[in-house]
Amino acid sequence: MAINWFKYAAPTTFYGLAGKMIPWFAFSAAILFAIGLYIGFFVAPSDAQQGEFYRIMFIHVPASILSMFLYLIMAGYAALGLIFNTRLSAMMATAIAPTGALFALISLWTGALWGKPMWGAWWMWDARLTSELILLFLYLGFIALHASIDDPRRADRAAALLAIVGSVNVPIIYFSVKWWNTLHQGSTIKFSGTTMHVAMQQALFTMLAACWLYAIAVVLARVRSIILERERNAAWVTQLPGIADFAGGEK
Amino acid sequence: MKPRQKRFMFIAIAVAGVATSVGLVLNALGGNVNLYFTPTQVFNKEVPNGRSFRIGGLVEEGSVKRENDGLTVNFVITDTHKSIPVVYKGILPDLFKEGKGVVAQGAVGDNGVMRAEEVLAKHDENYMPPEAADALKKAQAANAADSAAMPRNVPVTVTK
Repeated sequence: MAINWFKYAAPTTFYGLAGKMIPWFAFSAAILFAIGLYIGFFVAPSDAQQGEFYRIMFIHVPASILSMFLYLIMAGYAALGLIFNTRLSAMMATAIAPTGALFALISLWTGALWGKPMWGAWWMWDARLTSELILLFLYLGFIALHASIDDPRRADRAAALLAIVGSVNVPIIYFSVKWWNTLHQGSTIKFSGTTMHVAMQQALFTMLAACWLYAIAVVLARVRSIILERERNAAWVTQLPGIADFAGGEK
Repeated sequence: MKPRQKRFMFIAIAVAGVATSVGLVLNALGGNVNLYFTPTQVFNKEVPNGRSFRIGGLVEEGSVKRENDGLTVNFVITDTHKSIPVVYKGILPDLFKEGKGVVAQGAVGDNGVMRAEEVLAKHDENYMPPEAADALKKAQAANAADSAAMPRNVPVTVTK
């Protein structure tokens, strides 16, 4: 039996699939958030230098990682949309942007809250902080550019170019602490492993998984709304149970 | 070439072009992107003359002295090669400690002392509970004692 890989590339079929997947992702995200926060607050020991302040990293680090990964995924979908002219890819890119922007904002905000007591400054124009701020502006620029063009297909193409070009910023954020001297510390979790205490690692990785699941659930829910909005004139949408009633009642 | 391969080529070339130009810009900016100078750079006169700049390094062990007014602090920033004495009047961040990272902003006077307007603590990437940090310190002290007692032995280096 040949598998049709492109079956779910069509908004029609993906709409239903996404609807079925959302509760699973949302539910497991909620459970992992609860476990991660519990380990983070009650199991993980306090830090030798920072005391209890370091615990903000359990949200700061996952948010920063997600903000960078989501950007690359968004740019990937944008490129797919440009190359193959697939409607769903562009919709996915549009659906990812607000969640990515949210994580970038959380990363900057929690970093500032931590920076004031630990470094002695809310903000410092060092390479890591500045490039992460540019990432937030790239997300906001993507959203704004897409919203400013009325024709959705043209908006997709223009915003896709911005997203693809902006992806150059992501490696700069990641390597900034290596390439230049910055106030921000280097990476604790490296590809070669980490020296962190085990309970701290457990809390961090649980929170990271929870953030991923949350991001997937929210993006799927958002892409469903975008599909409905964009395909509102398609026959399959007008025949959806809830919408058929609504359209019928209006007429 | 099919249109979709053309579009792929276009995107690949655009990304490569932008990456190259950003790379060239960052390369041209070079050291200007760095947040601070090291004490060695200050000694080599690689710092802006008569202007405020930042020095980064470690607070030298045993160098922190508070004056009687309770606010003015003297300490030395070192990169283990050269060191710069710093005078600072103000509140130090929580993480400021001897042997730990620090970034100070100010101007270096003719006497070679930096009058800092701002002192920031720089955290390292190590997270460990107090007991582990304590054990590590004891192990280092024990190793130091061993190597002092038997100078011919190669000292065991403790890696963090």
